[in-house]
Amino acid sequence: MEIMNETATLTNKDKFLIHFDLIDFSMDEDFSSDVRKEAMELIQWLDFPTSKTEYWKYTRVNKIVKGNYKVSAPENEIEIDLSVPSKNCIVLINGYFSKELSFFNKTEGVEFSSLSDAKQSSPILREKFNSLVKKDEIFADINSAYHRDGAFMHVSKNVQVEEPYYILNLVDDSNIISNPRNFIFVEQGANAKAVLKTISTGNTGSFTNMVSEIFVEKNAHFEINKIQDEAEDSFQIATEQVVQGDDSTFKINTFTLNGAIVRNNLNIDSLGKNTMTYLNGLYPLKGKQHVDNHTYLSHREHNGESHELYKGIMGDSSTGVFNGKVFVHRKAQKTNAFQSNANIVITDTATINSKPELEIYADDVKCSHSSTTGQLDEEALFYLRARGLSKDSARAVLVNAFASDVIEHIGVEAVKEEIEKYIDDNYQGIK
Amino acid sequence: MIKIENLHASIEGTEILRGINLEVKAGEVHAIMGPNGSGKSTLANVLAGRDEYEVTEGSVDFLGDDLLDMEPEDRSRAGLFLAFQYPVEIPGVSNINFLKTAINEAREKRGEEPLAAKDFLKRVKEKSKLVELDGRLANRSVNEGFSGGEKKRNEIFQMAMLDPKLSVLDETDSGLDIDALRIVANGVNELKTKDNASIVITHYQRLLDYIVPDFVHVLYKGKIVKTGPKELALELEEKGYDWIIKELEEVSA
Repeated sequence: MEIMNETATLTNKDKFLIHFDLIDFSMDEDFSSDVRKEAMELIQWLDFPTSKTEYWKYTRVNKIVKGNYKVSAPENEIEIDLSVPSKNCIVLINGYFSKELSFFNKTEGVEFSSLSDAKQSSPILREKFNSLVKKDEIFADINSAYHRDGAFMHVSKNVQVEEPYYILNLVDDSNIISNPRNFIFVEQGANAKAVLKTISTGNTGSFTNMVSEIFVEKNAHFEINKIQDEAEDSFQIATEQVVQGDDSTFKINTFTLNGAIVRNNLNIDSLGKNTMTYLNGLYPLKGKQHVDNHTYLSHREHNGESHELYKGIMGDSSTGVFNGKVFVHRKAQKTNAFQSNANIVITDTATINSKPELEIYADDVKCSHSSTTGQLDEEALFYLRARGLSKDSARAVLVNAFASDVIEHIGVEAVKEEIEKYIDDNYQGIK
Repeated sequence: MIKIENLHASIEGTEILRGINLEVKAGEVHAIMGPNGSGKSTLANVLAGRDEYEVTEGSVDFLGDDLLDMEPEDRSRAGLFLAFQYPVEIPGVSNINFLKTAINEAREKRGEEPLAAKDFLKRVKEKSKLVELDGRLANRSVNEGFSGGEKKRNEIFQMAMLDPKLSVLDETDSGLDIDALRIVANGVNELKTKDNASIVITHYQRLLDYIVPDFVHVLYKGKIVKTGPKELALELEEKGYDWIIKELEEVSA
């Protein structure tokens, strides 16, 4: 009887955290164990965001946090053809590392492994793990506290790798909750590309809460392509924490193809001088999808340049949110920062909330931002039809053209083809 | 080829065409002239199927089919081509790729195999030469950053690629200098056969020095009020439209 009463007083947060009771953290070293303890402590003082939380204003997390989830280690003999166009792929299933499905082509100067393996052996991980994560974000802390595994990538000084490294998180059961945790360190003068893809095998009601820490050191170049393609009623919160050193280039392309509620928190701290940063996003939405892209780029030193381009194709009753902030510090003279968000609204029932923001404390800078929302150009549509293209083809051609300047940024040919194909396949039959 | 009978059309409730009758046979070139606001462009757009215009009365028979019942793309596939007065710029859409899609969709509808890449490119080369369109323009985004003359040449290039039965040229001469005008007109003349036909809509007689019409029609207040041989165009150039309007008023008085 007394126990019943006890249960009745549990908060949403308490109920949510119970999901993680059964995870085995025995693979931890002391340092990562400390990270968990610290995060668990922080969580006690935080609560889930509400409509009053400015940072989460347009995205309600109620549906996400009230879900009934389970954690689940992958089946031993899973048979799935992932057809990854690379020789290097870390596969996570429900946030657990899958040794069977992962494959590597050993390259001098590149460490690519599961996070748990790296916890045993990597000094850089020991030194930098969890150093970038914002402590006051509850979902990031939940990931720090309860992640099981993730990918670890370390590219040594001046190493140039052409082939992309794939990190694939697969959800293979219903109502799965997982906290994949990735750590990427690109050393001085190195050059690499990665693909971070989340998919599921037709399951329902899962929640993926992913955090990636990315370090791009002095004069290093790193590109990451993020493809979010989980089931249509899944939830995802993905957080990337990035730091950039002097003369470095960082590019991230985010493609949100599926998911009921997807929230992206992209935080880039451009610490160095002469940095180059590209942030691109494409969200072709349908059904009742809700996709929220929050980006924050901080230019802390002089001569930085950034280009941000996010494009939405809003179908059915979908909702899009774009909130991009560029912060130019007082020291960051000669910063060039360009930010643009453009949306096409295909139906009357789709909505987009767009808020580009610039906050500038330096006086010698070139910055611009823009936000446009409109429909497919009727004149262009008629022109194409008058030349014999069917209405569907004409629409597909125009949607393709709209998406093309984001797609052009993809430096991994296979990803480019995948996204182009997705657009082709999905915009033939729209009304 | 095309038979327009008592065609009435309006836009947003205002009647623009008020009973057009016109028949064009294979091998013929018809010029339609008339003062501003007489309905010339409306006629072109109604024939091409632009849906802002509402056809309220009349019929159009195109090669035995009810043209007005067809979607714009089906009209095009059946062999109707409209050269736009204001060609649309479409950033991000390759001129060549979209034409390839258009041609192959039309072929598919007719149950034909798609054009082989080699044959398609050969055709592009040949037809762009016809209108002296720089090969690079053919490969760029549709009309993006083209000069006025380049846009009009691109229209004729597309016409050549699509090989229509009936071409409607909507003020293709407007905004062209004399060289561009000559190039465009040459293109049209080169494409002329005994099996196709064109309707040339123009404000000025000078285009008709290059594209010689078999008939000249004067459109006024949404009706064809006078039809004559090519010399009528010269007379209009010399005397303007007032004398026709006056003639009309006398008849009705």
